[in-house]
Amino acid sequence: MTGATGTVRNRLRRPLSPGLSLVSPPFLYAVLLLAFPLAAVLAISFWTQDYLDLDRTFTLANYREAWTQPVYRVLMLRSLAVSGTVTVCTVLLAFPIAYFVSFHVPQRRKPLWIFLITIPFWTSYLMRIFLWKVILGYNGVINGTLTRLGIIEEPLSFILYNVNAVVITLSHAWAPFAILPIFVALERIDRPLLEAAADLGEGPLHRFLRVTLPLALPGVLGAAIIVFIPTVGDYVTPRLVGGPNGLLIANMIELQFKKANNPPLGAALAVSSMLIVAALSLIFVRLNRRHLRNRS
Amino acid sequence: MRNGFRWLSVYVGAYLMFLYAPVLLLPIFAFNDSSVVAFPLQGFTFDWFRLLIDTEPLHAATRNSLMVASVSAILSTALGLCAARAATRHSFIGKRGIMGLIMVPLVLPEIIVGVSLLVVILQAGFNLNLWSIVLGHVLICTPFCTVILSTAFANLDRSLEEAAFDLGETKPATFRLVILPLIMPGIIASMLLAFTISLDEFIIAFFLSGTETTLPVYIWSQLRFPARLPSVMALGTILLFISLALLVTAEYLRRRGPGRSGTADSGGIL
Repeated sequence: MTGATGTVRNRLRRPLSPGLSLVSPPFLYAVLLLAFPLAAVLAISFWTQDYLDLDRTFTLANYREAWTQPVYRVLMLRSLAVSGTVTVCTVLLAFPIAYFVSFHVPQRRKPLWIFLITIPFWTSYLMRIFLWKVILGYNGVINGTLTRLGIIEEPLSFILYNVNAVVITLSHAWAPFAILPIFVALERIDRPLLEAAADLGEGPLHRFLRVTLPLALPGVLGAAIIVFIPTVGDYVTPRLVGGPNGLLIANMIELQFKKANNPPLGAALAVSSMLIVAALSLIFVRLNRRHLRNRS
Repeated sequence: MRNGFRWLSVYVGAYLMFLYAPVLLLPIFAFNDSSVVAFPLQGFTFDWFRLLIDTEPLHAATRNSLMVASVSAILSTALGLCAARAATRHSFIGKRGIMGLIMVPLVLPEIIVGVSLLVVILQAGFNLNLWSIVLGHVLICTPFCTVILSTAFANLDRSLEEAAFDLGETKPATFRLVILPLIMPGIIASMLLAFTISLDEFIIAFFLSGTETTLPVYIWSQLRFPARLPSVMALGTILLFISLALLVTAEYLRRRGPGRSGTADSGGIL
């Protein structure tokens, strides 16, 4: 017994390893301002707002409300549907670009191309979203041009203040986050492998489907996760281009924390949506891993 | 195959137009002589830029943003230096977990970061001010700084610092005289990136701002008034050119880094 405590004490007395003491400032910062606040949100979600004070008795009432009230369920399902659609659109649109840069651009020029693709995304985020409103608006770029060309008589109304506009805008906003991981995965593919497939008589299409695509799959799935997780929490896009029927769960979370002054319910909504997103992402990663194992 | 390549090129062209469409519209409307942001264009004017000069709240928001971005850039680069050095040179207990926690803000929706910090700051009885925004921005910038600085440390030839050590320099002196100059381009690139991220960040600033606002929060408040939009466009044009200049500098410095320490360029963030 004394021996055991002795070793523990020795271990405590020994100075921290250089790596551990070096990493402690950023680690402590993350614990204090990330782990602790997240724990606080979790705790608050089990309390109730009592006018100005928090009633700290444990209750599941917030979760009951978050999961049974139709308004929250509609917003949650809509958020997931929008994020899912955005993820699929963004990844499908991005893949040919990543493929082009990886396979058709000379090695020397690749950094320049990647730079070209990322430039539009270093402009103000708010401004970019707002400009989509200008493009998609009733007398915006698309409707204005089409009307003047005489192709349409009435402005197209399906592209602003609804879910479609949110999907288009988000697919644009997250494009580089899909292109880059896919590009990295494609760059890792051994070029001789493709030549071998060609030498063995595979046509271009077969070669793409049976060699390139499976090898690029980790990048594609990484891209999907990178796009899916943050879009569920997007707040600005639904507010600017979504209209009343395009609002998402993040807008409701903000409403509860600010105007509605019900942080516990907002916290329960935030925790619920994070859990759903985490669960979906894990299932996705698992399925992908099993798929890869079956292949090899 | 050639035919396929042609279709691919057409697609790439169309996609680039999709990517650049909003950015190209920005300067067009900034110089358009009409208070309505829509086509057809009405003529050329500098009025919207002139209007910016007389808007005092904008100047205050710009000053706040520059302060928040500078402080965030310095603090997150300092934290990133520690994390990157520890990750590339040392092994320690719980390395994966600790590094994982530091990198978590990369995959966490910003609204969650904003809400959780809001809860803690208000419950602790502090007021919301520019410093609460700095706290949030340092949190989300640190992972990016860590990634850039890890590349800088990984590109660093270990034998250089060993040589200095063998020649009798102390550890701090080795760091100051050998390591620091070699990774300086990485440090500047990291500060520029953190500065750019902080300058543009909206959601966390929106949740954590008190009476003083940052530039994106100010822009958000202006988007509600249609009459103010053209000057917002002018402002956006100025911001676009500033962030482009910053990025080109950051990228130039990052490329110079490997050249100095004599190793090959290994990619970096872009």
